[in-house]
Amino acid sequence: MSTTLPTTGQTPETGTARVKRGMAEQLKGGVIMDVVTPDQAKIAEDAGAVAVMALERVPADIRKDGGVARMSDPDMIEGIIAAVSIPVMAKSRIGHFVEAQVLQSLGVDYIDESEVLTPADEVNHSDKWAFTTPFVCGATNLGEALRRIAEGAAMIRSKGEAGTGNVVEAVRHLRQIRHEIARLRGYDNNELYAAAKELRAPYEIVKEVAELGKLPVVLFSAGGVATPADAALMRQLGAEGVFVGSGIFKSGDPAKRAAAIVKATTFYDDPKIVADASRNLGEAMVGINIDTLPASEHYANRGW
Amino acid sequence: MAGDQGAAGGPLIGVLALQGDVREHLAALTAAGAVPRAVRRPDELAAVDGLVIPGGESTTMSKLAVLFGMLEPLRARVRAGMPVYGTCAGMILLAEKILDPRSGQETVGGIDMIVRRNAFGRQNESFEAAVDVTGVGPVDGVFIRAPWVESVGAEVEVLAEHGGHVVAVRQGNALATAFHPELTGDHRLHGFFTEMVRSAR
Repeated sequence: MSTTLPTTGQTPETGTARVKRGMAEQLKGGVIMDVVTPDQAKIAEDAGAVAVMALERVPADIRKDGGVARMSDPDMIEGIIAAVSIPVMAKSRIGHFVEAQVLQSLGVDYIDESEVLTPADEVNHSDKWAFTTPFVCGATNLGEALRRIAEGAAMIRSKGEAGTGNVVEAVRHLRQIRHEIARLRGYDNNELYAAAKELRAPYEIVKEVAELGKLPVVLFSAGGVATPADAALMRQLGAEGVFVGSGIFKSGDPAKRAAAIVKATTFYDDPKIVADASRNLGEAMVGINIDTLPASEHYANRGW
Repeated sequence: MAGDQGAAGGPLIGVLALQGDVREHLAALTAAGAVPRAVRRPDELAAVDGLVIPGGESTTMSKLAVLFGMLEPLRARVRAGMPVYGTCAGMILLAEKILDPRSGQETVGGIDMIVRRNAFGRQNESFEAAVDVTGVGPVDGVFIRAPWVESVGAEVEVLAEHGGHVVAVRQGNALATAFHPELTGDHRLHGFFTEMVRSAR
């Protein structure tokens, strides 16, 4: 923004922690859906999605196709930005700060530094403070979440196990994060220094979490949500909203399933509404049992 | 229609909890001396003395309001003079008209204005700036993919502008800001609204 404020003459400031984290606050209670075409983006928007994640292949197809998964084609991302008025997110590879620069230049509203794509750096994540565009990152536990926040992430999601249609890993990660926050709450000031060491996260953020009893940024669930009940489960476990990847457009009736997952996410504590939302949705995505998945194909192990 | 007084004696103010930054508004209302309550259903709406429509995605909120039979009860109570305060997406929902609505995007109405969605730009253009609000004073304005008010009717009082665009308005018992005081820890606007609710009771 280059406009000056007539009342005070103060220059407006973009890219502050408050507008980055505040953006995620506006998404709370909502569903963010993976889409691969402008038409899918419109279906998602019409179903009540709060944002879409623009990508070339949903995680289930990335799994099936194999090879290196990268940032999507800018044309495809711009097509999706043009098709909808809700926020558009896109994924960069872990540590691939140039992909992130490209996504920022395209005007995406959030960048997901994502383990679903093939990592570009096996040591470092991107310095997310360097960007105006906010970042969301995955985490399997509290220490990982706090390291991402220290690097500038303005939103955290569970990693789950994307592209499996199996919610078990997302449940594990959310419970783990919740459990570790609850434990911090019980620590006195002397213990927080050792806790920071153990979590491998900066003391200041550890102390903030101990005081707040929650992360200082919004926490969503991702990775394996396939049904309305899955979405409601994640919310009851403390997720403030839900990412749905392959679960919608790999199912029999995407428009219907998308709307049903939105309903169940809003009324997650009302089993009657979740029941109604679950009726006659057609085929869910088939799903993969995590214990049949070779360790090398566990996306959640990417990032550190 | 008036709700129970809370233990603290403050008015009972609902926050429309279909989607958005509900928790921040509940906290700000508590700090401002009101008794806040999340509202998702018509019977919950009937119990409150005033209502905040939070920030969020206006298209999503509007769809959920229609889906869960909240739109008509909201319109009826706002028409009947229930005090209501909308921030960002909430401002859009209080507009009589949206300049560029998504197909089928409904509003509650209550303020005779036309709003432009995402008028200040996408997230990269989101910003913070001081805003001087009539009756409240200078506040830290947090604008996130924010709308602005394109034009207002004769009954609408403009409370603040930024960069030549109207960003805060009031018409009778309806108040709206394009920015998010609930994200700042400064509760004066929520105090201002709580007073509106008190004097309307």
